[in-house]
Amino acid sequence: MSIDKEASREEMVLEIVSKYKEIPGPLLVVLHGIQQELGFIPPEFIPDIAEGLNLSRAEIHGVISFYHFFRSTPAGRHTIQLCRAESCQAMGSRELERHAKKSLEIDFHQTTADGQITLEPVYCLGNCACSPAIRVGDAIHAHVGAESFDAIVNELISEKVEVKN
Amino acid sequence: MANIKVYVPRDTTACSLGADSVAISLQHYFSNNDIDCEVVRSGSRGLYWLEPLIEIETDSGRIAYGPIGPNIIDEFIAAKCWKINKEHWSYLGVVDEIPYLQKQQRVTFARVGVIDPLSLSDYENHFGFSGLKQALDMSGQEIVSQIKDSGLRGRGGAAFPTGIKWQTVLDTESDQKYVVCNADEGDSGTYSDRMLMESDPLCLIEGMTIAGIAVGADKGYIYLRDEYPLAFTVLEEAIVLARNSNFLGENILDSGKNFDLEIRLGAGAYICGEETSMLESLEGKRGEVRPKPPLPAIKGLFGKPTVINNVISLASVAAIIVNGASSYQNYGVNRSRGTLPFQLSGNIKYAGLVEIPFGVTLKDLLYEYGGGSRSGRPLRAVQVGGPLGAYLPESQWDTPLDYEAFTSIDGMLGHGGIVAFDDTVDMSAQARFSMEFCAIESCGKCTPCRIGSVRGVEVIDRIKAGENSVKNKELLLELCDTMVTGSLCAMGGLTPYPVRSALEHFAEDFESGS
Repeated sequence: MSIDKEASREEMVLEIVSKYKEIPGPLLVVLHGIQQELGFIPPEFIPDIAEGLNLSRAEIHGVISFYHFFRSTPAGRHTIQLCRAESCQAMGSRELERHAKKSLEIDFHQTTADGQITLEPVYCLGNCACSPAIRVGDAIHAHVGAESFDAIVNELISEKVEVKN
Repeated sequence: MANIKVYVPRDTTACSLGADSVAISLQHYFSNNDIDCEVVRSGSRGLYWLEPLIEIETDSGRIAYGPIGPNIIDEFIAAKCWKINKEHWSYLGVVDEIPYLQKQQRVTFARVGVIDPLSLSDYENHFGFSGLKQALDMSGQEIVSQIKDSGLRGRGGAAFPTGIKWQTVLDTESDQKYVVCNADEGDSGTYSDRMLMESDPLCLIEGMTIAGIAVGADKGYIYLRDEYPLAFTVLEEAIVLARNSNFLGENILDSGKNFDLEIRLGAGAYICGEETSMLESLEGKRGEVRPKPPLPAIKGLFGKPTVINNVISLASVAAIIVNGASSYQNYGVNRSRGTLPFQLSGNIKYAGLVEIPFGVTLKDLLYEYGGGSRSGRPLRAVQVGGPLGAYLPESQWDTPLDYEAFTSIDGMLGHGGIVAFDDTVDMSAQARFSMEFCAIESCGKCTPCRIGSVRGVEVIDRIKAGENSVKNKELLLELCDTMVTGSLCAMGGLTPYPVRSALEHFAEDFESGS
């Protein structure tokens, strides 16, 4: 990573910290803000967050590691959250889970070798009337079986990469 | 031709079945052909096997068609269904006359699926803000007394009387008090909070404002789970709408009273649905459970007296104020008063939301509403009340849906989630998952929950492998006792319920090689 890019990322982190530092109980809001912008919370910025919010580095690390949603490493281009909870189990999510891992050749919390797909477990998406469910970005998919899972993955992979300047 | 309203739901499940694309197709068709039809994005009625459910407004009520997915919408348009085509295969007649809906008593969900969730005028035309207007003329004690008299109990799962909680906050002197809505609906098989927030968000905002005025709190938080992106978007817009029309903020409707609220997002931790853990999370900390006492009603968020209620509890408040405590109290049985929005989930043919008074049996819900399994195979086990609720065998399905009746069979109604399994289920795998889930989601503060759940998984594995089966079953039950009596909160304290019920009622699944 170039020094410029690293500096601009740090600037962004500092900006988010200063934006929210006066609100009551700001840490989760700040972490959400950073992850929204950068896709994860780079550990090298923990000292910046700690100083800005007048907390210890240990407290920041403790919070990041407590919550399943926060990441310390980048995810793939797309993250698929696969529901493992009971309602989906009743409709075949155990088989779906096995299929997903096998076809993507990864386990939960891992990213495919080509950097396209990260697979994460989730415990309920509130779509239990049409189980099994998965989430990609803000889109929830219903009645997902092996075949429709593959179709969703293929569509994600074939999406054109937007070229950013 | 007069403007015709065509309703297409904007609800997570409807959208997961293609409602957005259906709405866009209709809009394109109407505008390209100069047809005076307006597509309104309503909420969902909760008849999920019929989603996307399209409704057309007529003089004799709204006519429904469903399910109309993206692959069918062109045919739907070609058949001119928007002009009412009774011959079409998806024609369902007047929506309110669909038996599944007609048999229900929708009190809290009266507007859900009916109105445009982000139309203030729609909301007000359906008694919206009437409760708030009445509450502004009442004393705090009068409001709290109404809620107490209604018999409303916490709909999040613990079923603690809401009015008593409010009374404690009202009676506690403080320069600052808070109202926190627990919208961390993490239980598998439940979605009533999500539906209400997506389909009638102003109802939650009104309920929270009434709570604030009642107890003397001027600040509220909605702690919303990150897994509900659409609910977040809709709620945010609704808060702005309410604020711009002075239903929120300073000097609400010139009453001299103030109340404002904001949404805070969770980050994928089931334990944050536990109220003290949620408070820690709201304060920006790890969601570790706090010992009680002190009660949050006395020392809650940032150490101040705090009303903490579930979405459905708060959403029931305005209707209680408008219709009177006795009208709500008249529904239900024994100490379970009012209605509960049950959610049929899992392997069930007609999955959806059923708001009815307490008292009907589980069997009625499963068959008369649910229509049996979705797979067509016999139902075998039903988990009621989320991942911490017991698995019930058929012999217990005659139990009336009533908080105390469920407690008496070691079950719980919880938040009203009902997950059905057919006879292909392996109950030892379900018991193992209960322990595994507890191990993943435990906050780690107390040992019985943190370590007990890990040991629970190991012991169940040994039982299944046929290792010293009798002794290990004894050990599992002892471990369950330790977790029940020694855990700090319901996570470790209730995880043994699904485990023990599986072992007791489905013992054959725990034989090695089964």
